[in-house]
Amino acid sequence: MSTQGHDSQRSWRRLRRAGKPRPTKGTVLATLLALGLGFAIAAQVHQTSIEGLEDLREDELIRILDTVDQDGNRLAEEIQALRLSRDRLQSDTTSLTEAREAAQQRLDSLAILAGTAPAKGPGIVLTIRDPENRVTAPLLLDTLQELRDAGAEAIEINSIRVVASTFFTDGEGGISISGTEVSAPYVVTAIGDGSTLASAMEIPGGVTNSVRSVGGEAGVETKDEVTVSALRSVSEPQYARPVPSSTTS
Amino acid sequence: MIPALGLVVGIVVGVLLQPEVPLWLQPYLPIAVIAALDAVFGAVRAVLDGIFNDKVFVISFLSNVVVAGFIVYLGDQLGVGSQLSTGVVVVLGVRIFSNVASIRRHLFNA
Repeated sequence: MSTQGHDSQRSWRRLRRAGKPRPTKGTVLATLLALGLGFAIAAQVHQTSIEGLEDLREDELIRILDTVDQDGNRLAEEIQALRLSRDRLQSDTTSLTEAREAAQQRLDSLAILAGTAPAKGPGIVLTIRDPENRVTAPLLLDTLQELRDAGAEAIEINSIRVVASTFFTDGEGGISISGTEVSAPYVVTAIGDGSTLASAMEIPGGVTNSVRSVGGEAGVETKDEVTVSALRSVSEPQYARPVPSSTTS
Repeated sequence: MIPALGLVVGIVVGVLLQPEVPLWLQPYLPIAVIAALDAVFGAVRAVLDGIFNDKVFVISFLSNVVVAGFIVYLGDQLGVGSQLSTGVVVVLGVRIFSNVASIRRHLFNA
C-alpha cells in the first residue's frame, strides 16, 4: 500500500514536471499537433451536426433513394388520379351546361306552344267587325286553321291565347272560346311571316271573303312586331300519361 | 501543459470558426481524430511511465492519423469501408481504454 502511494506520488510529480513549459522543438510540435486535433474535433462535431446525407454509406443512400422513388411514384399516381377526376368533373360541368341550355331552349319553344309564355315577333293583326252578329264559331275556327296553315306560331283572339286545346262554340250574342264569351269585334293577333299570313287571309274564298259574305268586315294589318301577351295556365293532365320512350329527342 | 492548452485553444477556435470540412477529407477526418486521440492518451501514459519522448509522440501521432486515413481509403476502395471503419474505431477504442486504465492506475492506484 505504501509502495503504491509512493508510485502515485512519483507519477503526479512526473505529470507536473511534464506540464512545466519547456520551449523545446518537440513541445512546439506537440502543441501544434494538439491544436490541429482540437480544431479537427470541433470541425468534425460541427460537420456531423449539419450534414444530412453526406456521411451516409452507399446502401443507406440506396434505401433512402428507393423510399423517395416510391414516394414519388405514389404521388405521381395520385396526381394522375386527381387530374383524371378533375377532367371528368370539368367535362361533367360542360355537358351539364350544354344540357341545361338545350333544356332551356326546349322549354322556351314548348312554353310558346303551350301558351305559358308571352311571345313577340313579326306578324299580323286581323280585325273582324261583325255588326250583324253573324260570324260563327266555325268561321273563326276556319280563320285559325288558315293562320296555322300559313305558319302562325303564336295566336291570341281578344286576349285569349289560342293553344292546342282551344275550342270554339257558339254562344249567346257571340262566340265562346274555350268557355270564355267573346264578342265582336274579334281581334286576332298572330305571330309568323307577316306577308304570308296576310295573303292567306286575303286569298279569294279565304277568311276576308267569308266574313264579307256574312256581312262583316275583316281588316289585316301587317306589323314588324306584334305581341302575344295573353297567357294560359297549364293544368296537369288527368288521364293522359306519357308513354316512356327509349329515344331521346 | 502547453500541448493541453493547444488542444483547448484548437477546440475553441474550431467552435468559433465553424469550419466547413472539405469533401475529400470528410470520410477520413472522424477516424483520423480517433487515431490522434489514441496517440494523445498513449503520450500521457508514456509521461507517467517516465518514457515520454517528444519525437516519438509526434511520429506516433502523425503515423496514427496517416494509417487510419489509409485504412479508411483502402476499405472504401475494397467496398468494405463501413465495416473497416468500425473495426478501426473498435481497435483504437480498446487501446484508448487500456491507456486510460494505465493512467488511472498510475495517478490513483486504482
